[in-house]
Amino acid sequence: MTVCPTQAIRVRMGKATIIANRCVDCGECYKACPVSAIVVEQDDLEMIFKFPVRVILIPSVLIGQFPKKIMTSSIYNALKEIGFTHIYEVENTVDMVLEAYRQYMHEHKERPMISSYCPAIIRLIQVKYPSLVDNIMKVNPPIDMSAMYYREKLKASGIAEEQIGLFYATPCAAKIAAVKSPVGETESAVNGVININFLYNRILKFLQRKYTESEPPETDDLLSSRGILWSLTRGEVIHSNGRALAIDGIKNVNEFLENIENEKLDQIDFLELRACDESCAGGILISGNRFLTVERLKNRAEEYQAREDDKERKLTDGFLDINEHGFLGDISPRPMSKLDEDFTAALKKMERQRRIMCFLPGFDCAGCGAPDCQTLSEDIVQGNAQISHCIFMQHQMIKQNVLSQNQAVRITENIWGEGRLEKNCNKLGAEDENN
Amino acid sequence: MQFRHKISGGDFARAGNIASEVKKILRQLNIDHSVSKRIVIALYEGEVNVVAHAYSGVIDVDIDEIKIETTITDKGPGIADIEKAMEEGYSTATPQVREMGFGAGMGLANMKKNSDSMKISSVPGEGTTVHLVTYIKPNAG
Repeated sequence: MTVCPTQAIRVRMGKATIIANRCVDCGECYKACPVSAIVVEQDDLEMIFKFPVRVILIPSVLIGQFPKKIMTSSIYNALKEIGFTHIYEVENTVDMVLEAYRQYMHEHKERPMISSYCPAIIRLIQVKYPSLVDNIMKVNPPIDMSAMYYREKLKASGIAEEQIGLFYATPCAAKIAAVKSPVGETESAVNGVININFLYNRILKFLQRKYTESEPPETDDLLSSRGILWSLTRGEVIHSNGRALAIDGIKNVNEFLENIENEKLDQIDFLELRACDESCAGGILISGNRFLTVERLKNRAEEYQAREDDKERKLTDGFLDINEHGFLGDISPRPMSKLDEDFTAALKKMERQRRIMCFLPGFDCAGCGAPDCQTLSEDIVQGNAQISHCIFMQHQMIKQNVLSQNQAVRITENIWGEGRLEKNCNKLGAEDENN
Repeated sequence: MQFRHKISGGDFARAGNIASEVKKILRQLNIDHSVSKRIVIALYEGEVNVVAHAYSGVIDVDIDEIKIETTITDKGPGIADIEKAMEEGYSTATPQVREMGFGAGMGLANMKKNSDSMKISSVPGEGTTVHLVTYIKPNAG
């Protein structure tokens, strides 16, 4: 609850709930939750079998998380065994994304230009830094470019559109949300998403068995060293000509955007901002160690760099027109922190909030079910909580005879759940050996 | 509604913190971006001025239904020639301050540009007071 960068989590009736319009899908809560209460939705694998042609778009970090001794071809084989007929890497269209970047930077004068690659960052800007939405570079990320490209290509090879199922193996929750409710697009380019940690387990299980090499799945050789490195920190920045910075980790990004809004950091041309530490290698659904993943991908990129054809190339086969498909529509602000639409009402609420803060203890224990005192005071003036939710205030009120002990217990149980005040060894570090 | 913040001279690491605080408040009050941006820029410049030139200072922000008044009062060397100090590019900042990226001589000019009215009074050797008014609904002044 306390790690949420937008204070979106509240505990009520013993359960953590997420306030949807504050959530930026960064996944910090998923990483931090001690009881794995946060789950990441995904599509059922069975749904792929509705389609005769089953395409999986895998990001390079999927390969990167396996130990080096597992060959890329074995991973491809395992994916075929799981049920996919065509396997393409998400970053195959990165050169087209780069071309769109250059075009966009040339046509738009806002600076710094902020990369649209990480969907959690786009959402963070929408809710917390609304004045910066115009600085977001409205270029489609590689996953959308690749999905559109391969759909067109398969259609051109004579396969009917309804027979093609395009699936994306996602390393994070934000990409799922981006697919389920896209920002700046009317509809999603893929038919479904499969979580990488789910595929990781299935692939490992398959590789542990003895298996006979079958026909390799359909694929192509468009991947480049640029594509392999794209989703890692500095993967975009290395292509920038002007002054550019790469920042990973949502706390770091938050701090930096705060400074940008104060206009303290002008004359920066391009910002690559990623919500996860080590970017997508640190995605919440990546099972492998993020540092080892980065290492393997860097090695893989070096192998590609040694190849003759690793130069930047254009897809001239006509299946992807960046003017038509390369750019995103409008991204609108979704400010979360306003107290009221009406300024006078907001001013009144703020005065009340400041008065309430005089009473709250101020050390952010989260016992009230809100992450900190400031947030509780905001919930109170918005009518979503009461001052008696604060455990400190309960003591005050009992002392002043305006609240009974029993009432206080009931309030706490309403927040943390029935029976939550009883002895319970079912938590990390708890054990009673005398029983 | 009034807010009071203290600034200590020479503390460059914290310059901008007050501007950030006020920005959060304006955001909660649903004040238009274009208006809050001007206030935050002017406030930031004022904050840096105190940090760069004075020994200590106080920023008072008073928000009511039509305007935001900011008063920045410092104890410091004061300004001998206010008209000159208002000129763009004129600066008395020390080379050390300039090296840190401050002291470009745009501070007061920027504050004037980003507020609807600005008054300065100063007693050399004692200190300076800058009073800024920004109207919440543009053109309401």
